Amino acid sequence: MTNTVTTSSSTSQPLLEVRKLTKFFGGLRAVNDFDMTIQPGELVGLIGPNGAGKTTSFNMISGLYTPSSGEIILDGQNIAGLEPHEVTQMGIGRTFQNIRLFQNLSVLDNVRVAYHMHAGYSMIDAILRNSRYTARERELTEQAQDFLSIFKLERIQHELAMNLPYGEQRRVEIARALASNPRLLLLDEPAAGMNPAEIVTLMDLIHFVQERFGLTILLIEHQMRFVMGICERITVMDFGEVIARGTPKEIQANPKVIEAYLGKGAAHA
Amino acid sequence: MEFFFGSFVKIVAVVAWVYGLLRVMGNSSKLVKIVGIVAMFGIVQVAILVKIGDDAILNSFDTGLLFQACTMVMVALGLNLIYGFNGQFSLGQYGFYGIGAYTAADITYRWTNGQASGLIVAGIGVVLIGAVILGLNRFLSRFRGLPVLSAFTLYLIGVIVAGVVAYYVGATIGDALTPLFGSTDAPGILRSDIALQLVFVLAVLIAGIFAAEVAFLFGLPVLTLGSDYFGIASLGFTIVVNTLMVNTDTILPFPEMKGGQGMIGIPKVTTWFWAFAFLLLVIIVMRNVIHSSTGRAIMSVREDETASKAMGINIANYKLLSFVIGSLFAGIGGGVYAHYIGFLSPGTFDFIVGFNPLIIIVFGGLGSMTGTIVAGFFWMFFLEGMLRVLLGQMGTDAPTWRYVLYPITLLLMMLLRPKGLLGKVEWGFLRPEEVTPRRTAEMLNSATGVMPTVK
Amino acid sequence: MQKANSTQRSLPAVRTSGARLAWIGRGFLIILALMALIVLVRNFINNPLLFAQIVISGLQLGFVYALIALGYTMVYGIVRLINFAHGDVFMAGAFVSYFAVTRFQLHVWPTLIDPNLPPIVITVVGSITVILLSMAVCALLAVTIERVAYKPLRNAPRIAALITAIGVSFFIEYFGALNFVFSPRFIPYQRPFEVVTWYIRDGIHLVIDGKAPPDGSITFSNIAIIIMVVSILMQLSLQFLVRRTRIGKAMRATAFDKQAAQLMGINVDRIISITFALGAALAGLGGVLYAIAYPSINTLLGVLPGLKAFVAAVMGGIGSIPGAFIGALIMGQAESLTAGYISTPMRDAIAFTILIVVLLVRPTGIFGEPEKEKA
Repeated sequence: MTNTVTTSSSTSQPLLEVRKLTKFFGGLRAVNDFDMTIQPGELVGLIGPNGAGKTTSFNMISGLYTPSSGEIILDGQNIAGLEPHEVTQMGIGRTFQNIRLFQNLSVLDNVRVAYHMHAGYSMIDAILRNSRYTARERELTEQAQDFLSIFKLERIQHELAMNLPYGEQRRVEIARALASNPRLLLLDEPAAGMNPAEIVTLMDLIHFVQERFGLTILLIEHQMRFVMGICERITVMDFGEVIARGTPKEIQANPKVIEAYLGKGAAHA
Repeated sequence: MEFFFGSFVKIVAVVAWVYGLLRVMGNSSKLVKIVGIVAMFGIVQVAILVKIGDDAILNSFDTGLLFQACTMVMVALGLNLIYGFNGQFSLGQYGFYGIGAYTAADITYRWTNGQASGLIVAGIGVVLIGAVILGLNRFLSRFRGLPVLSAFTLYLIGVIVAGVVAYYVGATIGDALTPLFGSTDAPGILRSDIALQLVFVLAVLIAGIFAAEVAFLFGLPVLTLGSDYFGIASLGFTIVVNTLMVNTDTILPFPEMKGGQGMIGIPKVTTWFWAFAFLLLVIIVMRNVIHSSTGRAIMSVREDETASKAMGINIANYKLLSFVIGSLFAGIGGGVYAHYIGFLSPGTFDFIVGFNPLIIIVFGGLGSMTGTIVAGFFWMFFLEGMLRVLLGQMGTDAPTWRYVLYPITLLLMMLLRPKGLLGKVEWGFLRPEEVTPRRTAEMLNSATGVMPTVK
Repeated sequence: MQKANSTQRSLPAVRTSGARLAWIGRGFLIILALMALIVLVRNFINNPLLFAQIVISGLQLGFVYALIALGYTMVYGIVRLINFAHGDVFMAGAFVSYFAVTRFQLHVWPTLIDPNLPPIVITVVGSITVILLSMAVCALLAVTIERVAYKPLRNAPRIAALITAIGVSFFIEYFGALNFVFSPRFIPYQRPFEVVTWYIRDGIHLVIDGKAPPDGSITFSNIAIIIMVVSILMQLSLQFLVRRTRIGKAMRATAFDKQAAQLMGINVDRIISITFALGAALAGLGGVLYAIAYPSINTLLGVLPGLKAFVAAVMGGIGSIPGAFIGALIMGQAESLTAGYISTPMRDAIAFTILIVVLLVRPTGIFGEPEKEKA
């Protein structure tokens, strides 16, 4: 499969630049002056104790929340305040902390929904069942099936999402997010609820995805073994602010980070 | 007891007929499809015409049930689209049913009384309003973050302007056509039967589109409220429409509708052919929408709005789309109903009876089109048909006993089989199109199901 | 095989911001509000006494609706169920009191003890007994419905419980309408105590039977006062119960998070039953008072008031007790003003239109709190 990324004109321009992102919920400041820069092709981790503001930041980047202030610049364009579906159309895909598959739809349909943006036919075409519909629908379905086969999911393509075991659901969710053809993929706790063996499989999957699709990935995760093992760079948040940045090695040695996680178990993988 | 047995046979026959129709429509061969549909139409038509002894196989009572079942199914399918497939709880379906009925009735009523203005004004009106809505939609899509209330105001102004223009233009044209009607003694070309049939079809379609346009205006701001509140607001809509029906001759300028007394004199143009045709239209359109990318987008909104947004789907648009199409079906059903029964009264469309489509779709299975169709026919023939007559023989309490037995049946259904009669099962034509798994060489080689490692 | 869609990507951000056009929508609403205000003010100036009369009548309605609305909002707050059968509990209150008065003469039972008691004592004690009995029966009815029909479906999809609620409602209404039960006729209601009307003109005077009050006077009745006083008392008591007592705390906890409340040792089933019982008692009380005020009852009595009370609860913010109260008062006024100045058939329609407008301005209702969903 070919590389699908449309590379930006200048190789030094970051894919995502977040500047001074702040979010107030009433009087509560959940995120304060969040800064981050991600270059194309990077795999970056965002970690921090619960309530640090990680998912809130994700939600702002993907458009579910409107920032109280700050900018989110995707490939040179400010996307702060856009509707979530517009953000997706701009090229950001995401998965969710609690798996949000379309439970009553099949695996294939879950992925086909991701193709809706590029369906290529209108509702009128569908009603009339004209040649444009037949051709495009078949093309769409074949693409979806091929896509599923990359993830070894084609055997279960007709299974309803709610009948799948947890690990497979996670895989389908990642596949579905990828099917929307993003440039930047946001993964929110992809390893949640997984045992060590599943985590290894997941690490392989993410590496594979990154290489195969040339994606830029930003992920939130609590499982330190996973984060340290897979991320090239890590940003650490606590109480809504960035408290540290660096490579996994640097982060593990950073006293502020250890303090933030004090009592929370392995800051050393 | 003879009646009981006869009714039982009829119910089974009807369900079998539905099954047969759907099977035949689902056949891959075009020839089989066409022949089959004609055959299915023919079977019933013959049963209506051929007499055994004194009565036809399907006597007038049965035919009445049949027509009512068809219209009820159309209304219920619309609601299933809005609620079963799109997840928006609407109690407003009967409001649109009523709008469709009265609109279509008025057009043909005026026509049969020598007035073309009804048809012309309505026709121009829906076209103009539709154009305004579509045009404004395209124009407004250039603005992002436009508050819904502002958009609504703009649409409202546009629609009102279009309506006024349509009225004046249409009335003038309509008046100009009056001579072509001739008089009752020397009827002109516009009074012919063929003309009436054509006007009927146009009236039903216009009524449906008008209902859809009202749905657009109403749904645009109200769908943003979220499912529960939308339900209450839609219930309010039904009540407001009902109030307007009672006041058609006072607040609204339609003296022929006679407000609370009800409108009479509607030409009874609905025949089995038309009922069947419109039913088929609704079924085909609904199925084609559901089994397409649009349909998947619609269902994704029901499943998980947040995830749907993350898939690039503008959920507000798809909620509105489902609501508009669902109301279109209800409006068409109303038009067909009005011309079967010949008179309309506001009591037919009050919000208590407005629960019927909801009960039908839940009874048949929320995400199942087949379930709705079967439940709709079953409802008519069993409950309204058999039970009503049976209870009628038991005393004057019959109408009340119906409303005692329906809830009991419903409650039992909820407790024993909440998924509904058919759950998510579909028959024949309505089944999702087969997707054959792809088998490329690459896949056949690596059939172990293990993820590739890239290290 | 996957197409790069760079052209599509820049579209959303390039569009102009439509937020600036918010004034269109706001302006529209303001114009509507101004129009309504002008009509009201004009009517007030034309005939202030009539206006006052209509307002009083609206208050009477509104306070009754408030009693019903409290039950709706409490139940929805706790089990997220629109209890369609609540309006029928209201109707049951009216019917129970009807039978207590006509069959058992319960409103004058103290005469059995001592026929020479002062009449005022007999009336007060008797009436209160009738009312309490109605409230108790209604509470029992609601708890039964909850246990039999709603509890089994507590973990089922919401629609199942909703349809069941609709079914129960229809069943009660039409079972009562059967000929051997209450029949569908309108039954003239016998009041447990006399309704006395006064008119205000040069001081407060009693309206004598048969003699119309003079022009330029406002009339009000003892039942109107009773309704208002009772309703306010109930609202305050309920607020106290919910905010200051342990049971109230348990109710709030259960409404917030059922499972957590259970883990904290709260008997959730009992709390839910208590909530239903409380709401039903208030509705039953409302039913009796409503029947005294408008003495003609039938089994469909609760349909429209129930609906309007529910709309009131939504308008005020579902789950909020003061919200339900305010919403109900607004509904009462809207209905009365419309019936008085526009026309009687329109009064139901106006109420719903107001609901829609309120929701558009404040989507969670006047005192409502938005439900925050974590992604």
